[in-house]
Amino acid sequence: MDIIFLLIPIAIILASCAVWAFFWSVNSGQYEDLESPAHSILYDDDDDLIPEDARVKPDNKSND
Amino acid sequence: MTGNISNNDKSLGCYHCGLPVPPGSSYTTIINQEPRSMCCPGCLAVAETIVGSGLDTYYKHRTEAADSPEIRGKELPESLIQELALYDDDNVQHDFVTKTATGSEASLVIEGITCAACVWLLENHIKGIPGVEKAHVNLTNHRARINWDQTQTPISTLLSEIYRIGYQAHPYHPDKEEQLLEQEHKRATRRLGIAGIGMMQTMMLAVALYGGALQGIDNQYVTFIRWASLVIATPVVIYAARPFFIAALRDLKTRHLTMDVPVSLAIGGAYLASVWATITNSGEVYYDSVTMFTFFLLIGRFLEMQARHRTGRAGNSLLNLLPASALRIIEGEEQLVPVNDLKTGDTVIVRPGHTIPSDGLIIAGNSSVDESALTGEYLPIRKKVDDQVVGGTINVENPITIKIIQTGSDTQLSAIVRLLERAQEEKPQVAKIADKVASYFVAAVLITATCVGVGWWMVEPAHAFWITLSVLVVTCPCALSLATPTALTAATGTLRQNGLLITRGHVLESLASATHIVFDKTGTLTEGNLSLQEVLPLAEHNEDECIKIAAAIEKHSEHPIAKAFHEQAGQLNATDIQNQVGQGLEGFIGNQRYRIGKPEFAAQICESGLPALPKTSGQWLLLCNQKSALAWFRLNDLIRPEAQQTIRGLQALGLECEMLTGDNSSAVQEVATHLGINSAISGVSPEQKLLHVKQLQEKGAQVVMVGDGINDIPVLAGAQTSIAMGGATDLAKTNADGVLISHDLLRLIDGILLARKTKKVIKQNLIWSLCYNLMALPLAAFGFIAPYMAALGMSASSLVVVGNAMRLNRLRKYKLKTTSTHSSSKAEN
Repeated sequence: MDIIFLLIPIAIILASCAVWAFFWSVNSGQYEDLESPAHSILYDDDDDLIPEDARVKPDNKSND
Repeated sequence: MTGNISNNDKSLGCYHCGLPVPPGSSYTTIINQEPRSMCCPGCLAVAETIVGSGLDTYYKHRTEAADSPEIRGKELPESLIQELALYDDDNVQHDFVTKTATGSEASLVIEGITCAACVWLLENHIKGIPGVEKAHVNLTNHRARINWDQTQTPISTLLSEIYRIGYQAHPYHPDKEEQLLEQEHKRATRRLGIAGIGMMQTMMLAVALYGGALQGIDNQYVTFIRWASLVIATPVVIYAARPFFIAALRDLKTRHLTMDVPVSLAIGGAYLASVWATITNSGEVYYDSVTMFTFFLLIGRFLEMQARHRTGRAGNSLLNLLPASALRIIEGEEQLVPVNDLKTGDTVIVRPGHTIPSDGLIIAGNSSVDESALTGEYLPIRKKVDDQVVGGTINVENPITIKIIQTGSDTQLSAIVRLLERAQEEKPQVAKIADKVASYFVAAVLITATCVGVGWWMVEPAHAFWITLSVLVVTCPCALSLATPTALTAATGTLRQNGLLITRGHVLESLASATHIVFDKTGTLTEGNLSLQEVLPLAEHNEDECIKIAAAIEKHSEHPIAKAFHEQAGQLNATDIQNQVGQGLEGFIGNQRYRIGKPEFAAQICESGLPALPKTSGQWLLLCNQKSALAWFRLNDLIRPEAQQTIRGLQALGLECEMLTGDNSSAVQEVATHLGINSAISGVSPEQKLLHVKQLQEKGAQVVMVGDGINDIPVLAGAQTSIAMGGATDLAKTNADGVLISHDLLRLIDGILLARKTKKVIKQNLIWSLCYNLMALPLAAFGFIAPYMAALGMSASSLVVVGNAMRLNRLRKYKLKTTSTHSSSKAEN
């Protein structure tokens, strides 16, 4: 059980690294817009990345 | 023979902006393999640009129709390009463009963003411009940050590209208040993060301690784990929980007890006791409760703050009313200068359709000026030499030359803003239920804790301190202080999804207790612009032909009356247009001479003389050729279709509806009668509006004000609750407590119903958490409660409160009834 004398300090150091990373991300403005990144993953603007044989034919696509 | 013009066929709406497509127009383009019809060349140009740059997936992903573009023509007008070119100047740029290592970075505010797809479209379109390195658009505050190489592309190109896809970009100059808001937001996020990480870590260590308490654990490990918990919990208490301590101190100084006092007492007390226990190696530690409690409460505060900041775009709102540039005349030469450079005594030319840059006197020309932004009067007012004009109003008909007499903070526009600030200071405070409960609660807890402490001191002094402390922790008002914010957050979210955005925390409570609801007329109960209501042909031409002729002539004018005809414009072309200020227009189609406008003016050219005015009241225009009078046109500001039902619904809920308007015409009484409003006051200035609402408040009324214009801003700020229409000016929106983003008045009824339900839920929550505390109190007082039981009980009671608040996520929408005549409007909820 003596291992906790080592592990808990390591946990505290890791937690303070997490705090530092979090502060850095807040200060660099990454939490200013919490809405649009959630949507941006849904835009299929990656047509050129899809392999040729896996493409859906244009007329099968739904138009809305 | 009466012909009603209806353009409301929604199935034919413009594919880009959703506005109705005028019959006979032929603006189509291919989007996603299908031809789509557009309402105007402006939308067509925007859609073609979007498709042309390969970004047509925008149309698939958007959840809202786009705003109608400001530019109605196919190409950007020369004047706009010239104005944008002003921003290429280094002096103008220095307050919104910063130099970076690889180029420049510009901060812009973008108008017209409606959904996340807009952000995607803007970012991708801007990134496609040569020289642009990075483009980031923020959906929440509509700001854009663009990193680009200024030597490759001037900033005016970036701005005009944004215009070309249907948005408007302005430089972003943050004012002090806005910078403070941004800092507040960042600080709150950091606090939440610290509390979250701290909570998880202490909870992990607490599990070890609880496990040890049940199974047995060596004393040296207990001491070590306690010290580790102390290290982690300290920043949470000192940094994350600081707002509670500061607020509690402030409230104690002003001698009223709010929720912050018991919160600080619980956090501070439990933390200090735990520190004492750690150092002396005795008693119990409560680090887990302290950190969890802090985290829960911070989440509530954070959500509340986010709702409040959502419309915080005040920085540019006043600026946007004024144009960016003006045409100054120096020694007979015209020169385009930024508005900020104008001084008293300068001479400025204002072209028709342009905004007057500052207060001034007309020294040449006569025209009419659209003062609707300041007065609410939607018809332009005639102005001649020596008349005064006000900055921010729009010159409608002829070019005028003005001499500037006031600039900057001396202008009338600034005076309105000052009036607004004063009204905000004097705004009556809404008493919050939670604060009322808190004051009794604090007193009760303190008295009980003292009694328990004294009692145990006499019976068994060794246990007195720890039992008193467990009383404080157990009665820790976690559920109590979550009772209100969770209910408010849930209700705010529901209303936002339904088109009513709440921006201040007190709104739901004050909506629930509202007694009076005061509406502005123009733009709130009515659509806010003139539209063609009726055509009465008098001669051989039929209705359609008359409209075509009128539209061909009116096409050349920007007067609000002429705009009513714009969407009817066909292929006919009129030439030699002459504009008689305040009278009407004259023009030729082929060889035929036509006049349209005031009956007396139009009838002057025709042989048959003036025909009898139709009986229906309203604004009548006459169209004549040289032979005879051709047709009467009736124009009116349409009442919103849902307005009547809204008023009835609100009256059925027991609210007193009033109308307060700057408009002085006979239309006021007509609208009031039609809608069933008993009290309508017309022709009032912004000051008088504010005064009226204050008088109502002195009589004990709880007033909700609904408005849209600049002239409504002071009264919006002065009423207990203010709601701005979605189409209102930014300044009105940022100063209102709520915004009707869906433009649908019926959502007000939803708002009031949900607010009343919220009040009920808050009361239930408060009662529940008080019951829990009352039950736990005697157990703690007799020393039966171990720390982990206190933590469990606290979480359980908080969950019940949160679950109860979630019930507010459901809302049965109040629907527009299709049969508008005499239906009993009873609340459906």
